[in-house]
Amino acid sequence: MRYLPLTPADRSAMLQAVGAKSIDDLFVDVPQEARLSDPIAGLPNHASELSVERQLAALARQNTVAGEVPFFLGCGAYRHHVPATVDHIIQRGEFLTAYTPYQPEIAQGTLQMLFEFQTQVARLLGCDVANASMYDGSTACWEAITMARRITRRAKALISAGLHPHYVSVAKTMARFTGDELHTALPKLEANTDIGTLIGQIDGDTSCVVVQYPDILGRVADLSELAARAHEKGALLVAVVTEPVALGLLKSPGEMGADIVVGEGQSIGVGLQFGGPYVGLFACKEKFVRQMPGRLCGETVDAEGKRGFVLTLSTREQHIRREKATSNICTNSGLCALAFSIHMTLLGEKGLRGLAELNHAGAVAAAERLAKVPGVELVNTSFFNEFTLKLSKEARPLVRRLADRGILAGVSLGRLYPGVDALEHGLVVAVTETTTPEDVEALASALQEDLA
Amino acid sequence: MSMNRQGRVSRPEGETAANTETFTGNRALMLEEPLIFEIGDEHTTGVDLPSLAPPRNGEGDHAKHGGGVASEASPSVPRPLHHAPDGARSPSPFRGGAGLERVRPIGLPGLSEPEAIRHYTRLSRQNYAIDLGLFPLGSCTMKHNPRLNEKVARLPGFADIHPLAPQETVQGAYALIHLVADWLCKLTGMPAVAMSPKAGAHGELCGLLAIRSALEARGDARSVVLVPESAHGTNPATAAFAGYAVENIPATPEGRVDFEALKRRLGPDVAAVMITNPNTCGLFERDMKRIADAVHAAGAFVYCDGANFNAIVGRVRPGDLGVDAMHINLHKTFSTPHGGGGPGSGPVVFSAALAPFAPLPFVEKQGDHYHLVEEETAEEHHAHSFGRMVAFHGQMGMFTRAAAYMLSHGADGLRQVSEDAVLNANYILRSLDDLLDAPFGDSGPCMHEALFSDEGMAEGFTTLDIAKGLIDEGYHPMTMYFPLVVHGAMLVEPTETESKGNLDQFIGALRSVAARAKNGDPALKAAPHFAPRRRLDETLAARKPVLVWKDPEVAQAAE
Repeated sequence: MRYLPLTPADRSAMLQAVGAKSIDDLFVDVPQEARLSDPIAGLPNHASELSVERQLAALARQNTVAGEVPFFLGCGAYRHHVPATVDHIIQRGEFLTAYTPYQPEIAQGTLQMLFEFQTQVARLLGCDVANASMYDGSTACWEAITMARRITRRAKALISAGLHPHYVSVAKTMARFTGDELHTALPKLEANTDIGTLIGQIDGDTSCVVVQYPDILGRVADLSELAARAHEKGALLVAVVTEPVALGLLKSPGEMGADIVVGEGQSIGVGLQFGGPYVGLFACKEKFVRQMPGRLCGETVDAEGKRGFVLTLSTREQHIRREKATSNICTNSGLCALAFSIHMTLLGEKGLRGLAELNHAGAVAAAERLAKVPGVELVNTSFFNEFTLKLSKEARPLVRRLADRGILAGVSLGRLYPGVDALEHGLVVAVTETTTPEDVEALASALQEDLA
Repeated sequence: MSMNRQGRVSRPEGETAANTETFTGNRALMLEEPLIFEIGDEHTTGVDLPSLAPPRNGEGDHAKHGGGVASEASPSVPRPLHHAPDGARSPSPFRGGAGLERVRPIGLPGLSEPEAIRHYTRLSRQNYAIDLGLFPLGSCTMKHNPRLNEKVARLPGFADIHPLAPQETVQGAYALIHLVADWLCKLTGMPAVAMSPKAGAHGELCGLLAIRSALEARGDARSVVLVPESAHGTNPATAAFAGYAVENIPATPEGRVDFEALKRRLGPDVAAVMITNPNTCGLFERDMKRIADAVHAAGAFVYCDGANFNAIVGRVRPGDLGVDAMHINLHKTFSTPHGGGGPGSGPVVFSAALAPFAPLPFVEKQGDHYHLVEEETAEEHHAHSFGRMVAFHGQMGMFTRAAAYMLSHGADGLRQVSEDAVLNANYILRSLDDLLDAPFGDSGPCMHEALFSDEGMAEGFTTLDIAKGLIDEGYHPMTMYFPLVVHGAMLVEPTETESKGNLDQFIGALRSVAARAKNGDPALKAAPHFAPRRRLDETLAARKPVLVWKDPEVAQAAE
């Protein structure tokens, strides 16, 4: 077997060296009745590289590849062009096959990258500090809610109706076990967000308000007043960004007063990958740093005074604090953080702003074009690269019909909020730099035909 | 700007030429690399973005429609793409919300492509990695990461599909998830698996939430989770997160769970016992079945930490030992890359008793068709599910890699994996136990990892010194100071992907370093000598945390 270097002769020599007659002697502590004498039934035996590649490629071919059709899906996962450099670098064995940098003298590559990543993320989100990444946006969002509870010693979180329904679902699942009190609502198919409502709900028991920016329908709202009102009542503002490219063009939540800003970093460098692995972004004000979950990389010096980096403030973490840790998180999303960081370094400020402008301009043009289709109404008055259409027919079956014609039209709100009648005509359409004018035309004509 | 361009006078102590300082601070192939914030700037970019397409003829004036859809194919007139440094408006009409356009700079430096490649390539060379050599971190299973995995994960049919795509368009993706799920169920002898947990600790949480849901469903929530002293830190952290009080179970002198003590503690308040098997001392818990029977008799559940599944994969099925839930780190047993700290993937297998409580979503096969059971369809299919743990469906990119690995090895190859992993670990144990103290060496063979203590080192010499000495020998150190039940623990897990020659050289190196520690070699206290950095001041890092880069001038002004 190509991954196993021991030869039969090695095995015999080694068994002899350890004083065992056969390999079974080494499994002597396993009760006899639990020891299997043969390979596990119902599974195939080993296969050549060629054969495995063929089998899996056959499965891959059954899927409609986003890049091969007009494609407009977003809602927390966006298709952007990732420079070839990114994938080349993350496949370098020194990054790919390294472990968590617990031995900093021989992990400065990963550590320095994480320090750079933390700085990029903090600046992008408008915060003082950021951690070395979380699993994804949805888990980062929940961790932010628990962090707000630790800081405020209050357990009531107001969740905006514009937060991604999967993120809401994750928080609800967890809150059921932790006793956090979550106030949630369904979004309305209209241009205004629920910020005004949220402001009215903040009281002296509120730990935090959680708001997505831009929100699940693509709407963009000023968070400044929400932040100020939350602070007046001693509550925190948690902002969630699922499309970080937007921050190349829009003010960051931190600039508007958010205390904790979390996000899904997938847009930068990572790719769609059917939902994972992604990279959770987590940033906050400096005064809260000791309440943060997850790994943190910090600067220090070595014995010769040279600058170097280490994992730090680990007294928050499970391997030191065990049941008193701020979170049970151990693994972060290191390689995806690297991909994010490389892509962001290639873009730089200039590239990110340019990319954001491209996205926004494309979305504006697409929204204008699609809104001209009879039976299509543009819901948003504000958006970045994603907007919601109200169709004259139910959107979910329409998405399926268009998929049959080779067009991935967007995410129907019926998929995200099944059974909610008021939302079933909603279709969320994302437009990025990868969307061509021909794609938009194809969608417009397909909509026109279907809705006629 | 951090680079030493002044040069320095050689130290006066008359050190050898090897210690001669260089102008750059570099040492031949050992290259120093500044931060991107020190070499990049906000006006440089390493990407050429497609132009904003010009408006089509007859569609209004340029000012209004300047922002068309991007098209690389369109022969566009060059036009200003970016904000000018002074924050001038973009050429497209801004509809991002009144007053919300970014005006202040973000502070993100850019590098040209060659500079970026060089920056990250230089950084990469400051890392140790499996590709460079043996990486014997106990409990971490740093095995070879096959490149076929990487190739398969990048097939556009897996990599370039959206998690919310219509289900008919991603049948192959669901089939892939189902394939991995099926393998995991068969390899563990368990009837169900939750694929969505993002990593091992997330899987632990998944298991405990299912346990708590099952207990609550019978109106018996309970309050305590028992965890052995030798457990990973994630176990108690997870139990606490799930709302349980954590109590330790002692170990026997031979390094296993004290069955009698455990049995005495069982009672109506105990919800679950979390056991790592093989355990973190590298030993198989012989009493596992008896433990499970006693735990079940007391109305509680058995959670097994599957971090060490590599030792038994293909030879022992946890389902046969009475386990109710176990996470499997695909980045350990199934060779997906650790990536410098993730992403991981932690599917959880469940017994029939817990399966109804497994999280959403999951893939179900009906005939030739796969469909996703989500919140929407949960009522009819999966009414007791404790809910969703994560957006979308889990770590697809890890499932594809694990699938490539499973199919490559097959049932027969995986059996050989555990055999070789255990053989390699025993070879290390018996090649070193005359020189290093092996606290459980007399308990019999070890499983996939060999545990040593720091007993017998010279005054003032510790496990840390041995670890740093190994760095100079060209190895990543073993896991240090874990498990906590052994003083100065050194946990060595070679994995099955090392040749005998590699093991022999490593054994030689470790013997040499251990002998130096026993003899009190002062040079060892200062190791590593040859790494990109000497020992780093972790106390300073924690006392005055510097977590982001600040422009030195700005930072100074702020103080």
